[in-house]
Amino acid sequence: MNMPVLERNVQGKSKLSFVDCDIHPIQRSEKDLHPYLSAHWREHMTTFGGHVRQGLIGQVMHPRMMAAGQRADAYPKNGGPPGSDLELMQQQHLDFNGVETGMLVALSRGGMEERNLDFAAALSSAVNDWQLHDWVEKDRRLKAGIVVPQEHAEHAVQEIDRRVQDEAFRQVIISPKSSEPLGRRRYWPIYEACARNNIVLGLHPAGVSGGNPSSGTGWGTYYMQEHYTFGTTTTGNLISMVIEGVFEKFPNLKVALIESGFSWAPALGWRMDKHWERMRKETPHLKRPPSEYLREHVWFCTQPMEEPETAGHLTEIIDWIGWDRIMFSSDYPHWDFDDPKYALNFKMTDKQRAGILRDNAKALYRLA
Amino acid sequence: MSRYVVAKAGEVAPGTSKLVTVKGREIGIFNVQGAYYALANTCPHEGGSLCEGRITGLVQSDGPGQYKLLRKGEFLRCPFHGWEFEVATGQSYCDPTSMRIRQFNVEVAPGEDVVKGPYVAESFPVSVEEEYLVVEV
Amino acid sequence: MKLPYHGAIDCDLHPAVPSTKALVPYLDDFWQDHLANRHIDRFGLTLSSNAPGLPISAREDWRPAQGLPGSDFELLRKQALDGFGLRYAICNVLHGAVALFNVDMAAALCTAVNRYVAKEWLDRDPRLRGSILVPPQNVDLAVAEIERCAGDKRFVQVMFLVMGDAPLGQRRYWPIFQAAEKHGLPIGVHAGSSFRQAPTGSGWPSYHLEDYLLQAPAFEDLIVSFLTEGVFQKFPGLKLVLAESGFTFLPTLLWRNNKVWRGARTEVPWIDRPPADIIRDHVRFTLQPVDAPDGKMLNRIFEHVGSDKLVLFSTDYPHPHFEGDDALPDGLSDDMIRRILIDNPLETYPRLRDAAGAANAQMNKEAVP
Ligand code: FES
Repeated sequence: MNMPVLERNVQGKSKLSFVDCDIHPIQRSEKDLHPYLSAHWREHMTTFGGHVRQGLIGQVMHPRMMAAGQRADAYPKNGGPPGSDLELMQQQHLDFNGVETGMLVALSRGGMEERNLDFAAALSSAVNDWQLHDWVEKDRRLKAGIVVPQEHAEHAVQEIDRRVQDEAFRQVIISPKSSEPLGRRRYWPIYEACARNNIVLGLHPAGVSGGNPSSGTGWGTYYMQEHYTFGTTTTGNLISMVIEGVFEKFPNLKVALIESGFSWAPALGWRMDKHWERMRKETPHLKRPPSEYLREHVWFCTQPMEEPETAGHLTEIIDWIGWDRIMFSSDYPHWDFDDPKYALNFKMTDKQRAGILRDNAKALYRLA
Repeated sequence: MSRYVVAKAGEVAPGTSKLVTVKGREIGIFNVQGAYYALANTCPHEGGSLCEGRITGLVQSDGPGQYKLLRKGEFLRCPFHGWEFEVATGQSYCDPTSMRIRQFNVEVAPGEDVVKGPYVAESFPVSVEEEYLVVEV
Repeated sequence: MKLPYHGAIDCDLHPAVPSTKALVPYLDDFWQDHLANRHIDRFGLTLSSNAPGLPISAREDWRPAQGLPGSDFELLRKQALDGFGLRYAICNVLHGAVALFNVDMAAALCTAVNRYVAKEWLDRDPRLRGSILVPPQNVDLAVAEIERCAGDKRFVQVMFLVMGDAPLGQRRYWPIFQAAEKHGLPIGVHAGSSFRQAPTGSGWPSYHLEDYLLQAPAFEDLIVSFLTEGVFQKFPGLKLVLAESGFTFLPTLLWRNNKVWRGARTEVPWIDRPPADIIRDHVRFTLQPVDAPDGKMLNRIFEHVGSDKLVLFSTDYPHPHFEGDDALPDGLSDDMIRRILIDNPLETYPRLRDAAGAANAQMNKEAVP
């Protein structure tokens, strides 16, 4: 019998205590960054603004679906965009849902999409200062990611080395909407710095492209297509990192994929292994079947959670990936937010649930 | 089941909603062209607060490139993922058989009746001259 | 495993791309002269994704003593048609004309390829079928080529590469789909690129292996293009056949699109039922290469996909995806095998259905004294 869902079972009526691996803070306006920019770059920002690879100011060319891509209820009453008001974030998400640790991913004005590399460097440093002072110091549940412009490896390395001792920073963030696939050597200094400092590399797509259409078939017409390319673009980058031998070169590099889903990973592993077998002479630097690098080096954040017609199919998918590799993420305050009380709505043991909600992220990010 | 007086009838204008709390439960009272509906303020998908969503119409199409907006004011978009629900039935447009918002009975009762009881209206001064919205929970 | 019986329909088989010289007789006077002046006739027009030396381009035991893999008809007949006991085999000739910028030259060469395929291949064995190569660079010329070829019922589909000028579902391509639907021709899309843009959203990778792996995500984005543009609402009789990039990516694609549709529906309101249902009704996949580690996993994937109608048998001859004669993965049920080998191809290709129907009728007539 097919009973309608009226109110879904809330997982564990007792309050959750979980790690959220993807929370997006944003500036109320660019002025929030002024204290962290030199007079020169303040003036540059006011006069020239950002210079990215797209044709519109303050709007993307695939406008988002819901409320400018935000949860419609997450707009602060006193103005500013969703994610700009700590108090609302606490009330609506951190306290309300029981976030034990929230990993910040500061997408906006962090320089990942900026074409002027000196400005990108200034933005990246400013956004990291801003995360520290305006967020982490005000709510110790929050942890920052060191946002670096992936197209400016030199600055990225300096920024990583400068921040890494600070407990507040738990990973490095770059955008897989890069100008070249992330396995290409221009990015290797960033990986070297991550590996040397034993800090996780988090990949989160930024809004604007690095100069390529968002799919191998070209630009899609609709936002619904653009949304899908988050997954395929990340797939392309993962293929690149594996096949170029990044994980042979940096054997302790750990990568967290944020906001790209995960259910595609087993099929990717199978496909890579199958064709690598035939073609392996081309890539003698790879010592093992590609799927083994995936299994060892990559962690997956859940959002946007796939919702199969039969929920149990996800259990199988995670069996194939490994239960220690999946970490819950909400994407608060974006429109495709996953709610921790409902999203893990498929069969698993208590231990597996605890792993996804908390323990896997704690182990990876070495959270207390 | 008891009947709760939740608002004066005039308080919820057509095309709007009002969030009320009854027995610790959030309920949205919607007025669609003069007809009242009471829906749980919890989206059956992942619990979005439905009263924060936009009231909208039904978008239909005769084919690619054709758009029309019908039945304005009769649908509700969840503020989280934007799923559409018909206010009158609580049904999800995309998945009407298995996804539905919990509904409650709501009716307009004259103040005279309300004063007589057996309505629960502690926090609500009721006067005989007015009409009230009464929800059954 | 080996095919358990004769009569399978191979939906992706590759005769070699002919040399430009071999195509010259099929060109008109102007193009013959023009190609000779520019020495274009002295060079091949082979897509780089299809370079004959690549290990993925041919199985060692399927390379002829001389010439390109797939160029020797007798060998192909012996190894593929007879070897697998095929009833029909669809020839996909991936000629580089589709990558040229000069649309008229592209169209002339596509015409020559189709004439060549009809004469040099289809005429030689009644089991062979063809795909109409069209110039995707120009819709009018593509439609004209479909109209020119459609009378020859041995052509059973129209052929594209997955990565071209733009996502193929776009409205600019619809006259092609209209012509195809009218003539009972599915749209076949094969792995490959005309190199108009990088194969990933992040630019160009380094290795051939990556290019090959990246066909699968390109197919995903292509399916989403057909879905969101409403191609199947506009052309309800149309089938889309995706060749040579597996299908194990499909569960994620169905799940994600079903989910995002519920929020994004009003942007594309012509999608009037769950995307997974539309895709299951209209999109088909050739079998090889099978990107699943074993039959057990494969059966799980079929279960996740929720349909046994989607996969069409293919050998991808002479490309190497399996050893010996084991063109079928192990562990499939008898019903599934029959679906893949025969029923699904016949349900997908109206012209094969007609041909098979006519042949059966003929057999029955002969059987009656
Ligand atoms: S919670 Fe309402 S649509 Fe997802």
